[in-house]
Amino acid sequence: MSYLADVAALARKDLLLELRAKETLPSMLLFVVAALAIFHFALPAGTSHAAALGLLWSALVFTALLGLTRAFVPEREQGLLDALVLAPCDRSAIWLGKAIAVFAFLAAAEVVALPAFAAFFSSIDGSTVAAVALADVGICTVGTLLGAMAVAGHARELLLPLLFLPLAIPIVVGGVGASAGAGPRYLLFLVLYDAVFSLLAWGSFEYVVAEE
Amino acid sequence: MGLIRAQNRTTAVATLAVLLLGSALGLIFFYAPTDADQGFSQRIFYFHVPIALTSYVCFAWGAWKALGVLRATEDPERVERNDLESYVAVHLGVVFGALTLITGSIWARASWGVWWSWGEDQLVLFLVLFLFYCAYFMLRFSVAPGRQRANMSAVYALFGVVLIPVSFLAIRLSKKFIHPVVFTSHGPQMATSQLATFCVALAAMLLLFATLYHVELAGKRVDIRLRELRELLT
Repeated sequence: MSYLADVAALARKDLLLELRAKETLPSMLLFVVAALAIFHFALPAGTSHAAALGLLWSALVFTALLGLTRAFVPEREQGLLDALVLAPCDRSAIWLGKAIAVFAFLAAAEVVALPAFAAFFSSIDGSTVAAVALADVGICTVGTLLGAMAVAGHARELLLPLLFLPLAIPIVVGGVGASAGAGPRYLLFLVLYDAVFSLLAWGSFEYVVAEE
Repeated sequence: MGLIRAQNRTTAVATLAVLLLGSALGLIFFYAPTDADQGFSQRIFYFHVPIALTSYVCFAWGAWKALGVLRATEDPERVERNDLESYVAVHLGVVFGALTLITGSIWARASWGVWWSWGEDQLVLFLVLFLFYCAYFMLRFSVAPGRQRANMSAVYALFGVVLIPVSFLAIRLSKKFIHPVVFTSHGPQMATSQLATFCVALAAMLLLFATLYHVELAGKRVDIRLRELRELLT
């Protein structure tokens, strides 16, 4: 029970910070809408629904990347990560709290992005929405772990996309497949991806933030 | 004493690798029959597939050593050793991976007429892995050496071996199928002479990996020793 309380407190801290500073979410929202506008002009007239769906998925992955890049910046700038590691809570709670906060931002951005996509391009079916929700879980769990790695390096913002994009390829395959029509098989694959990588990230986070 | 034993082992492995590579080359060009369908170009199979399998072995070995890093929590010396070994294995895996992409491209050009084919799942998988493990070096070089870097590299290497089957499944889910499937559930679909050549070539590549692994490890260790000595002198 205390584990869940820790997680809730950490997630609440991130959401509160965001509510007060309003840094991450507005930039994600602007980014995703701007990206969709760019894609409209990048696609030749009369492009198929499938091509537009593919671009939706790349817009979502890059929007998530934007949120993930910011995720550990406050911890880093204020030296908070060291304090959190010293706190008497399980270290994986730090990861879970952060992943939940990132998930909330990403979901909020998508609440705007999906209707915007439907308005700009073509309608979206239930299978796409389910795939987006499942993909978010994978993106947030894996991305949070990699984000914690990336802030430890000199290259920070540069490093995260390099670490994250190869791992996001299976998510894009699953997501595009699910929205392109062959639903259940790809949704199942996304569930598998989420389960495997969430477990791995949950188990390995404590090593990533371990001090000397 | 340990250094000399390691040196002897390296020499032995290297000699064996040279012998096997020589005989593999001989078998590939003079013993293995020319493929009825693809002709001479099919012989690149004996390079391409063993190199690809070897790079999987490298990544698996790197992940195994990475596990060693994470398990050796109380022993800094063991952490350092496993970290170095894991790094060297992944490094060689990337080298073999690049060779796989190159030989695969050449073979694709010779037999399908294109340098690259997205419909071909193994090649795409290797591209994903190649990108993934290149980022491993970016991670390593951007973090200061120490326990945390060892841990991060180890976690990342472990993610890699999990990514292999997951990406493979993903790519399988979304493809048209033109890769020749040689190893099916009914056993290998080739003649005995071909199989023998293939096995020798595979053993040769694995030994080449073992040799390079020992040589690079020895080099890195000498490097570290030298730095320690220099620090002692100053």
